[in-house]
Amino acid sequence: MQDPTTTSQARMRTLVTGDALQRILALGALVMLLLFFSAISPPFRTTENFTSILVATAVNGVLAMGVTFVIVTGGIDLSVGTTMTLCTVVLGLAVTKAGLPLWVGLPAALLAGALIGTLNGVVIAKAKLPPFIATLGMLNVARGLAQILSDVKPIYFEGNPEFYDSFMGKSIFGIPNVVFIMFGAAILAHVVLTKTVLGRYTFALGSNEEATRLSGVNVDAWKIAVYAVSGLFAGLAGILIGARMTSAQPSVGLGYELDAIAAAVIGGTSLSGGEGSIVGTIIGAFIISTLTIGLSIVGVPDQWKLVITGLVVIGAVWLDILRRRNRA
Amino acid sequence: MSELLVEMTDISKSFPGVHALDSCRFELRPGEVHALVGENGAGKSTLMKLLSGIYRRDAGTIRFKGREVDIASPRAAQDLGISIIHQELNLMGHLTVAQNIFIGREPRGALPFILDEKALNESARQLFAELHIKLDPQARVSSLGVAQQQMVEIAKALSFNSDVMIMDEPTAALTDIEIDELFRIIRHLRERGAGIVHISHRLEELKQISDRVTVMRDGRYVDTVQTAEASIQSIISMMVGRTIFEATPELPEQRDPEVVLEVRNLNRGRVIRDVSFKLHRGEILGISGLVGAGRTEVVRAVFGADPRDSGEVLVHGQAALIRTPTDAVAHGIGYLSEDRKRYGLALTMDVETNIVLASLESFADRSGRIDVGRTKATAQAHVKSLTIKTPGIGQRVRNLSGGNQQKVVIAKWLTADTEILIFDEPTRGIDVGAKSEIYRLLNDLARQGKAIIMISSELPEILRMSHRILVMCEGRITGELGAAEATQERIMALATQREAVAAA
Repeated sequence: MQDPTTTSQARMRTLVTGDALQRILALGALVMLLLFFSAISPPFRTTENFTSILVATAVNGVLAMGVTFVIVTGGIDLSVGTTMTLCTVVLGLAVTKAGLPLWVGLPAALLAGALIGTLNGVVIAKAKLPPFIATLGMLNVARGLAQILSDVKPIYFEGNPEFYDSFMGKSIFGIPNVVFIMFGAAILAHVVLTKTVLGRYTFALGSNEEATRLSGVNVDAWKIAVYAVSGLFAGLAGILIGARMTSAQPSVGLGYELDAIAAAVIGGTSLSGGEGSIVGTIIGAFIISTLTIGLSIVGVPDQWKLVITGLVVIGAVWLDILRRRNRA
Repeated sequence: MSELLVEMTDISKSFPGVHALDSCRFELRPGEVHALVGENGAGKSTLMKLLSGIYRRDAGTIRFKGREVDIASPRAAQDLGISIIHQELNLMGHLTVAQNIFIGREPRGALPFILDEKALNESARQLFAELHIKLDPQARVSSLGVAQQQMVEIAKALSFNSDVMIMDEPTAALTDIEIDELFRIIRHLRERGAGIVHISHRLEELKQISDRVTVMRDGRYVDTVQTAEASIQSIISMMVGRTIFEATPELPEQRDPEVVLEVRNLNRGRVIRDVSFKLHRGEILGISGLVGAGRTEVVRAVFGADPRDSGEVLVHGQAALIRTPTDAVAHGIGYLSEDRKRYGLALTMDVETNIVLASLESFADRSGRIDVGRTKATAQAHVKSLTIKTPGIGQRVRNLSGGNQQKVVIAKWLTADTEILIFDEPTRGIDVGAKSEIYRLLNDLARQGKAIIMISSELPEILRMSHRILVMCEGRITGELGAAEATQERIMALATQREAVAAA
């Protein structure tokens, strides 16, 4: 048995070497990126551009928050991108096609997301499918449903100016509301992950699922809840992207799941579960959008942007592995 | 009958292909420590998993405080007042000590879904004070050593204030000092009127702590006796169903002067500090010390499984560059991990595959095709010479008992033509009957000229098996004892020699 003072020293050590370190590194990287692009490109350092980075981060940031929950449990959710699309289509159907008011359409979109997430959770927790396979299947299910429901045609929200106004309108400092919605969602997600029972079990599941089960926790139910949360955030992202594009685009969405997972991982969420934070994920989402927008402003072709962002993700995961190895 | 806390009668349980329990019985009185013993696979753990809601019984009745109950889940057992400390550590390494202890019943704050972290840590602190355990509630569990983690498990089970406490080999990872501490806690619980079920392979412990002993064999109930009236020898013969001789075996003849392995000034952070030793041909070198003294770390560094900061390894007097386990194997060194299931075996593969796994390339021709005839013959030869009990070489290793799994690992390294074998806790989780077989095997190997390093936490085992004993404490070698001069007391003195060494 160790005496308490040495264990609290050990705790300090894990604080600076744990996922907090990855967060600090990520934040440093973000600042460097912003400084770098600002230095080499005058159009980058404009208010409009910073605003567009904020807006671009909103959708991916919200998606990534939901995915963070799933990854912390040691799972993965590949279906968030197309679920987001499905939710936008549901909103379009309700508001534009059926002429229902927004206060019906918005909850319907969120509900659709939560429903897809719950389905994922049931298949994973009860039927015991590996999360990778279950959500890969659901990726196509949601994508197909979005195309069927929309008849593969965009649905426009022009009949609903108040929809655009309430989300893309600029109430404070000329910053569109989606940005504040993202930060609001982040605060909520952070509180849920760190202060609530759901959050505690999210970490416990990722750390040692069997031990959690043997402690009398209803593991299946909480796992389903976690995937439902991921779906719910995909629903919110669907609303945001709908507002941004002033339409539901049934062919958009594929590939968003990878950016969301990348944001979480860059922000220090461990793919092996048990570690992660919303703060880190938001920083990760900002790194991705800063990099994407910065590279296109300085004239890097899209193909190369893909190569570079891909390498950044590999590098982030590698860093995570190195960090883990050093601690052992 | 109503004075019984637990009464289990005619309990049966089958798993696919295995009849694990066949009309077993067990009873527990308030205020008693009831030891449950039997060889591996006798059904002790299964019986207790039925009582703690992890498995469901197929047949039989369970009475708790005289009332017939159906224990459907771990939660149901907790609610009744039955808690269990599992054989394997079941902790969430990323969470803190307090979070682990109160998982599933966290104190809530102002809102029912918000956690009250302060109350959580305070409850843990109170619990530790009550039990006289020194642990920091806010330490991350992954930062603790194995023994401390075991104490977290124990504290967690105790925190339920249960009437029935089941301990499934709680002492496997603990050192003698920590075991004393645990026994103090057990006696305290007994005075409070709780009933304690104690499962252990260390039969010497039973005499110290238990009031009654129930013996099981092959999924059946054998007998229940008063501990005071039974000798260890008689308990063993009930366990194995025959009388076995536990006499001290003769050590292999005088060792060869030839030095096979030499380690010079090995260092790694604070874990390994300036460790040097020599290993001779035909010798069994025991390494003793408390859990966390750095024994496993030293052999892992020698084997190339962990990096080292400095130090030299010489094989047959030649400097050997060992950076990876592959290098070590190429130099004829084999490592048998204490955690066979994780590091020693491919559990879902068959006996044959496991035996040839470390030397597969020598069974293949240039195109990579494996000579199945030779692998079969080799596997069969080892199954015979090591008397591995298996229906055939096609049997999955997962289905073998602990002792036979260990023999498969030994066969693997013999096939790989190793002359230096490092055994890390070779008999952990192996039942008494199979233990003496493993001992005999080690002696045979030494007699054949293999050089053996054996790490063990069980002092009788170290004393019985080793020609020489190195004792470690906090990363250093604090002493070397010859077989003739070594006693439990001298080893313990060296194993706890903290300050003296630090000053030197």
